[in-house]
Amino acid sequence: MHEYSIVGALIESIERLARERRACSVRGVFVSIGELSGVEPDLLATAYETFRERTICETAKLTILPVVARWDCPECRQTIARGAILECPQCRRPARLAAGDEIVLERIEMEVA
Amino acid sequence: MCGTCGCGDPELVPVEVHDRILAGNDRTAAHNREHFEKWSVVAINLMGSPGAGKTAILEATAGHLRHLRGGVRLGALAGDLETHRDAERLEKAGIPSVPITTGSACHLDAELVHRALHDFPWQDLDYLFIENVGNLVCPAIYDLGQSANVVALSVTEGEDKPLKYPVMFRKADLVLLTKVDLLPHLPDVRVEAIRDALRRVNPAPALMPVSARTGEGLSEWIAWLETRRASRTVAAGAVSAS
Repeated sequence: MHEYSIVGALIESIERLARERRACSVRGVFVSIGELSGVEPDLLATAYETFRERTICETAKLTILPVVARWDCPECRQTIARGAILECPQCRRPARLAAGDEIVLERIEMEVA
Repeated sequence: MCGTCGCGDPELVPVEVHDRILAGNDRTAAHNREHFEKWSVVAINLMGSPGAGKTAILEATAGHLRHLRGGVRLGALAGDLETHRDAERLEKAGIPSVPITTGSACHLDAELVHRALHDFPWQDLDYLFIENVGNLVCPAIYDLGQSANVVALSVTEGEDKPLKYPVMFRKADLVLLTKVDLLPHLPDVRVEAIRDALRRVNPAPALMPVSARTGEGLSEWIAWLETRRASRTVAAGAVSAS
């Protein structure tokens, strides 16, 4: 259950950002979670609910933006089909993960006086 | 008026961040990696399920590396939830080791590795093996500063493990297929099927069948390690020369 340690790191960076900008509260938190990131969105949401009490995030709704995994060819950019061997059928180049490993804090909405 | 602190009429301000949540861990990992490169230490992050044979492979590795010309200096950090058993086994096999007991944490992170190194004369090593907590999920997410990720997968775990745990197997620079001496007893496990599964989750798949018991495949594994060490020494030489 590494989702708890991820929420710990998330709340820490939000507290830092809120302090820097002298926010009096945080209302919204938006994170991208890739399909191949190893983070379970449901577990992350549960961990967030548990941890946010008595932190700057107490008033902040968490929105998780799931990102579907997509492999493509670094040469011809052709998308590799899901479940296929990770090599471009034309160029024979090893595929590259174009999207899907994100564990990213995208945006926060804070109240500033 | 702001309901939280009464500071006047608040304004809702969106702040764009776009930063990795684990950026703190990434920074510590980069710091570890810089140290390893400076001292020409090949750091291997060894991952795999509990019971995959991680410790056994390291014991056998120590036996083989000891016979190399010129001598090879080994060290290990052994992560476990509880007990120092793995570190003790490694010590007995001739690998000076530091246990890292994580309590309930399911993985090592860069900070745990960094702290463990403070109590360990790692600068003189050729190889530092970081035996991660037995787990096919969480350790894959945390960069430790390693030179390479090696995943131990035992033949008894089944053919489809790479498909079931794509996050871990995607990150593997090498998969050691362990306990291959058991294959004659496992008619339903085909090495080719494991290789195929790996090719569907890892774009640069490398699978090496080994047995710590019979020694099968160990010379290939040692050769793989030594290639890493040779390139590391050259790279460090280039840095100090510049």
